Amino acid sequence: MAFGQMRTVSGCMEAYLDNSATTRPCEAAISAMTDCMREGFYNPSSVYRPAVEAMRQVRDVRQKLLAALHGQEGDAVFTSGGTEANNLAILGSVERMRGRQLVAVSAVEHPSVMEAFRRLEKSGHEVRVLGVNQQGELDYEALERALQDGASLVSCMQVNNETGALLDAERLYRVVNGRALIHVDGVQGFLRVPFDMKWADLYTLSGHKIHGPKGIGALVLKAGVRLSPRQIGGGQEGNLRSGTENTPGIAGLGAAIGALTENGFAWRDALMEKKLRLIDLCRERVPEVCVNGPDPCHAAPHIVNLRFPGVRGEVMLHALEAEGVYVSTGSACSSKKLKVSGVLTAMGIAPNVAEWALRFSLSPNTTMEEIEYAAEAVGKCYNLLKRFQRR
Amino acid sequence: MQKVLLVRFGEVHLKGLNRPYFLRMLTENVKRAVKDLGGRVWLSDSRIYVADVEDMDECARRVSRVFGVYSVSPALEIEKEFEPIADACVEMMRGYSGTFKVLARRSDKRFPVTSQEMNEEIGGRILDANANLKVDVHKPQHKLHVEIRDQAAYICAEEIHAVGGMPMGTGGKAALLLSGGIDSPVAGYELMKRGVRTCAIHFQSPPYTGELARDKVLSLAKILGEYGGGMKVYLVPFTKVQLEIHEKCPEGLGTLITRRFMMRIAEKIARGFGAQALITGESLGQVASQTMDALGCTDAVVSMPVFRPLIGLDKIEIIEKAEKIGTYETSILPYEDCCTVFTPRHPVTKPKLSTMPDAESKLDVEALVNEAVENTEVVVV
Repeated sequence: MAFGQMRTVSGCMEAYLDNSATTRPCEAAISAMTDCMREGFYNPSSVYRPAVEAMRQVRDVRQKLLAALHGQEGDAVFTSGGTEANNLAILGSVERMRGRQLVAVSAVEHPSVMEAFRRLEKSGHEVRVLGVNQQGELDYEALERALQDGASLVSCMQVNNETGALLDAERLYRVVNGRALIHVDGVQGFLRVPFDMKWADLYTLSGHKIHGPKGIGALVLKAGVRLSPRQIGGGQEGNLRSGTENTPGIAGLGAAIGALTENGFAWRDALMEKKLRLIDLCRERVPEVCVNGPDPCHAAPHIVNLRFPGVRGEVMLHALEAEGVYVSTGSACSSKKLKVSGVLTAMGIAPNVAEWALRFSLSPNTTMEEIEYAAEAVGKCYNLLKRFQRR
Repeated sequence: MQKVLLVRFGEVHLKGLNRPYFLRMLTENVKRAVKDLGGRVWLSDSRIYVADVEDMDECARRVSRVFGVYSVSPALEIEKEFEPIADACVEMMRGYSGTFKVLARRSDKRFPVTSQEMNEEIGGRILDANANLKVDVHKPQHKLHVEIRDQAAYICAEEIHAVGGMPMGTGGKAALLLSGGIDSPVAGYELMKRGVRTCAIHFQSPPYTGELARDKVLSLAKILGEYGGGMKVYLVPFTKVQLEIHEKCPEGLGTLITRRFMMRIAEKIARGFGAQALITGESLGQVASQTMDALGCTDAVVSMPVFRPLIGLDKIEIIEKAEKIGTYETSILPYEDCCTVFTPRHPVTKPKLSTMPDAESKLDVEALVNEAVENTEVVVV
């Protein structure tokens, strides 16, 4: 590695392994969006034929999305993305309830969930934060206690964005057993890990994590779940999210869902295989490497969090960047804050160790060639950098 | 009658025989500042005038940021006839309320009405036309200047304070060591204000520093550059030097030796583009490498003057200046810069110059400096 060289020479091999931050939009999504902007630009609330056609397209995507979650009897509200959907689920459901509530949230949630709970706490509700163990597994005993104390909302993420730890949604559903509303943040899990809407009352998903466009997401509701809107106006989306529908975004989301679902889910196993291969190859080159979080075989197929002892994640990140390998130290939403990951410390990892963490996130389009190239770069960078540790 | 901007200059007045040189530089700098507004700029009886500008507010904002300008006033240029002048004065003061005073000055003594007569007559007419105004000759809220000059009369009611200082380019050339923190941009500004044409030198240490840190430094240089015709930034690859120091030098002297290398490299780059001095943002005692002993050790490796305009300022004073210049918000972005990469736990605060050669003995100083200078990247912002 040439020190001092900041930018990658163009034409070099690159490996984009930061698919949990965002993914490259697929061709189907791009062409659905351009078609929608060129031809189907009408306002779905208008009443003439082409506008009704636009409305029909929105409805088709909604149904496609519900079908992907086996939630056809329920409904889906299109939002500007995961953050808005999480906010709407949490703040919108509690606002609908009467009086002061007890609500529970896992300790490893995304800021768009955590900050919503913090807001609830400020406005007088009681928030119970549920811990996780080293594998990122929820503390079900603490959950049971919260439920016995009358918790009315529980929020847990389906796939942890930093470690790939999985929620056992069926178990959560059985433990809660109808005593509280269940919100699952599926931004990192949607389609990449199977989910069934019978396990949750509210489910968040986002377009740009599944090769769709940015600026579109959805909150899926089980039949009968009631919310207060966070954005009011013309009453679109069943009065839950006013504002003219983002039809190009919705079209792009629909196309992205189509691309990932139409030929079955064999890609999930292939994805897992690529991830395990990446870990194996890294281990071959860096025997000291450790996995943060759950056993990779029992985690999401596309995310793994590795730590390289003695080298700060940020430094490894920039060294890999110079090799054309793009990864992250945590969630992109918090990595600019230069703090040690709250998710890892909540899992009981000491801050000075958590500092070494690096997240690799794959996509179904990641090639074995990229995996091999990335692992080679990891070995090269780590073996150079480990010499220079802060005394 | 036409709208003009009156541009007053401060310290340039104090110059003797080389005053025309300073004025020429200043006029050129004002011209450059308003070039794309299409203005016409000229120098006449120790004033600069800007006319033919559509957006006078933007013109005033820009000229007030030209070093060497003391203040500016949007004004009206009127033919030298008393009645039109008086009418324009009444019109100009129509929107005002509170207390005012007319300050007439007749430098063209051929004009038939004396200054005192103008003060009284115009003041009276303004009072008649605007019931919201009262005269206060001692502490007026508004001052209406009426100036009868050789070529025309000028009236203005507003004076906007400008940055002051000396015309850019009259103070020589220097290289600023720009880190990305709060202090160094302020230090650069202080010397630019004195007319020093300044380039920035920034040390980057990939992979310990990233693209965001680089972007931050370029943003800072851009803000500084707006005060004087852009800025050239020399980006020095510094990782190798830092790693060598980390491996081969006593830990407690790490930061100091790092500073010495920065000075050596900076001097070499500075000489390369004809600069005569270095500028740093050091403030006495702020950190271990900024004690008097430490500064002595850093200065010993260079043979050109090192200007430290912040040496006697407290952090809080520097922050106030940074806020005023407009660099503070960018400076506090949290990206790591090369200075914090290998900070020793216990840096030596009273280093002895005599121990330096020994501490650096395992390094090939010249080769490291040359390699860094050779691989330096230049960006113009």
